[in-house]
Amino acid sequence: MKFTRREFVAGGVKAFTIGFAAPAFLSDIALASGATSRSLVVLYLSGGNDALSTAIPYMDPFYYSRRPTIAIPATNVLQIGTDSSGKPIGLHPRLTGLQTIFNDGRLALIQRTGYQNSSRSHFQGTDIWSTANPANSAGAGWLGRYLDALPPPVDPLAGWSTLRDLPHAMLADHTSVAAIPSVSGYTISSPNSASAEQARSRDGVAALASHVPPERPHVSYVNGSVQAVLATLDRVATVGTYQPSVAYGGDGLSQGLKAVAGAMVRGIGTKVFWVQIGGFDTHAAQGTNPATGAYSGLMATLNSALTAFYTDLRNQGLLDSTLILQFSEFGRRIGENGSAGTDHGAAAIMMAMGGLVRGGLYGTAPSLNPAGNGGGTLENGGNDVTYETDFRSVYAQVIDNWLGANSLGILGGNFRSPLVNFI
Amino acid sequence: MDKPLPNIEHLLRRAGFGVSPADKERFPAGVPYRQAVDWLVSYPGSTDVDASIGTPGFMGITASGGFAPNTNIAHARQRWLFRMVHSPAPLLERLTLLWHHHFATGYNKVAAAFGSAADGARLMDAKPSEDPARQMGQIDMLRRGAFGSFRSLLLNIAQDPAMLIWLDGISNVKAKPQENFARELMELFTIGVGEFAETDVYAAARVFTGWNLARGSGASPLYRFQYNASQHDTDAKDFSFEVTPSGRHVRASNRIPARDANSGMQDGIDLLTTLANHPLTARRLARRFWTWFVSETEPAPDSFVDAVAGVYLDNQTSIRATLRAVLTSPEFTDTNRPFQRYAWPVEFVVRSLREIGWTGFSANDALTPLTSMGQTLYEPPDVSGWDLGLAWFTTGGMLARLNFASQLATNQRVAIRDAARPWSSSPNSLVDFCYDRLSLPPVTLDNQISLVNYALAGGAWTGSDAQLLTKAPGMIHIVSGSAEYQLV
Repeated sequence: MKFTRREFVAGGVKAFTIGFAAPAFLSDIALASGATSRSLVVLYLSGGNDALSTAIPYMDPFYYSRRPTIAIPATNVLQIGTDSSGKPIGLHPRLTGLQTIFNDGRLALIQRTGYQNSSRSHFQGTDIWSTANPANSAGAGWLGRYLDALPPPVDPLAGWSTLRDLPHAMLADHTSVAAIPSVSGYTISSPNSASAEQARSRDGVAALASHVPPERPHVSYVNGSVQAVLATLDRVATVGTYQPSVAYGGDGLSQGLKAVAGAMVRGIGTKVFWVQIGGFDTHAAQGTNPATGAYSGLMATLNSALTAFYTDLRNQGLLDSTLILQFSEFGRRIGENGSAGTDHGAAAIMMAMGGLVRGGLYGTAPSLNPAGNGGGTLENGGNDVTYETDFRSVYAQVIDNWLGANSLGILGGNFRSPLVNFI
Repeated sequence: MDKPLPNIEHLLRRAGFGVSPADKERFPAGVPYRQAVDWLVSYPGSTDVDASIGTPGFMGITASGGFAPNTNIAHARQRWLFRMVHSPAPLLERLTLLWHHHFATGYNKVAAAFGSAADGARLMDAKPSEDPARQMGQIDMLRRGAFGSFRSLLLNIAQDPAMLIWLDGISNVKAKPQENFARELMELFTIGVGEFAETDVYAAARVFTGWNLARGSGASPLYRFQYNASQHDTDAKDFSFEVTPSGRHVRASNRIPARDANSGMQDGIDLLTTLANHPLTARRLARRFWTWFVSETEPAPDSFVDAVAGVYLDNQTSIRATLRAVLTSPEFTDTNRPFQRYAWPVEFVVRSLREIGWTGFSANDALTPLTSMGQTLYEPPDVSGWDLGLAWFTTGGMLARLNFASQLATNQRVAIRDAARPWSSSPNSLVDFCYDRLSLPPVTLDNQISLVNYALAGGAWTGSDAQLLTKAPGMIHIVSGSAEYQLV
């Protein structure tokens, strides 16, 4: 069985291709990688989640005075206790399932995560969180670098984005990462209905894609994609038959997590999954309080999707081999704007959830008094929350203690911190 | 039929949507390159092909309950694809698509603002002559101004109702300035990220206070820009860069002066003019044109950026002049350039239709495949537009391309069989047919062998109609789904 891996750097295009062997062999790789091995599910809240409406410092008087319309009354928050600075914290009222998981000790909230000179740009902010490099946010993402560091050959299903796009965080230099938004739609068609002729079409597609001329890196790159498609079709089809143990919602996040659970139960060997929910860029009519409000709806979706996933995994006996890590590109401004919304801010909140997570409140809430920058917890004239925990320390914890890799190489520095020992 | 010169085919693939049979007649061998550039950049006639919608010989549309492209977004998508397929000078549609990417605005948020899907579609792309209130949609505005001055485009987009909703200008008032439009104006539309300070965002937000939206009454209300003098912040605004209200450096000042409320709208015009004429905008647009027309994977060389940015600034931000400079640049016309740019999904689909055939195909049947490939018209993923280049070629995106190739070959199967009859003598001849039909580089030996093997799989070659009906569409599927055909 010959397995070749070539890299081209020509004309500025960095393309890679893998001469794939028979699908049966790839299944062997998946099995050898350990169908029961650990999975990381990265959840991105796109648009800049308003951390102060997720984990609410509901006893801070400035929370109410600076957010006259959108503050959530103390009586409505879901109390989860007090952080190490003595600030009582409450979850958004719609996060009832997450409160239960928190009380079970399987949900960690890491407050005030970020980095120095936080970018207020969605795109640069996302790039920085994706590459874990505030100084130069181009190139491969942190998850892509993790996949690149796995011993070759790397299965093209080692990473699976449930989006149509490949998120920047999963962009790799040498590894093909699958983007499969819909398991049921992941089949190949042919103009001829006879099954023998369909097989010939597929063989024809495969034959053309097998040519990876080094002098034509553009063609080779696309052919690498076609090869990855052909190498993953049959295994992904097995996920389509998965019958979950709970009902998932019809929203994109729930459906994405259902596919993830199916892939885990079928043991197809994926190590890193990406799921996403958008709509967090709440500049106007944020709607944190009314049941029909925009933000309330986002929290309700997040809650139902994660709760279903958590319960399904528990029923399948996979909770201890799963870690869910949530992030967003920035938090939002403390004071609400004239549109009952919030503009781009700085420090964010992260969450980690799973059977082996040491749950609880990590980090401290800001003090929202703008005078004196909230005792050092605020920046930008007291308008934004300043970070306390470098987000790369959270990544380091995941890379070292969950994925079993080395964060020093993948993050390009030592960001290990004993303060975020949630796993 | 004479084939166009290779450089004209290159031009048509990159500045149009491939080489249709009409293009082959229009540009027979011997037509000089400059003439084809003129045709695309300064087409003298009307490119409005809407009158042909629903008539025989053209691509079909599917509309239950009547075709209503001004009020139904799925119909609008079909209409736009129809225009791309049938326009005699398709650069206008391509350029409009590029401005849609540049000023990326999403239908869903626009439609949700007033809870009306019909108004959302109107604000995206209503044709004023067909709208009861003479509403002009954003894309229609971009189409009209596509070749004009970038400054005008910027002034129009800042006052465009869909944009006012999309980036929340609708609620930008004196007491609480809205930063959303202010930030993206500088970060994405003009000078670029890293070229301005956070304080510039705050100042620009104040500049546009009172730039709001008025909504008329009735079943099809007119949405229009309205300057609310009472909601304008009249204080002076300071920037980290020089403000040049005339577009040119006169005397160094970084300040937009305090103005009374009634004349305060001039603040925004000053800032937009400044940004349109800013040398950093010229260079950024030059780099964008490089990405859109030359290469997404190589950085633009300084020589190109200097030349194109110079033309832009010397011609009062004229897009037509700038584009002509791009399409006649030594970098664009370099004979090593063809087939090294990754086609956008819309380019791939429209080119396939123009080169393989459209008779009996409904534009509606391309909409779901386009979404699966990662490009839904009127719904870019966010205000930064689509991720281009390598990013299109995820496994899911690639599979969708392969399957669209199959879908179209199935749809056109009889027409393909008929067209292939003169080429039925041998499998090699059938390969030649495919490469002639699709504007591709010469077939490589590797591909030739693979395709001949496909033709022979299942039985010896006879060239019979039955065999041709299986293998000709089958081979068109494989070739139009191949890596080579994803490149332009």
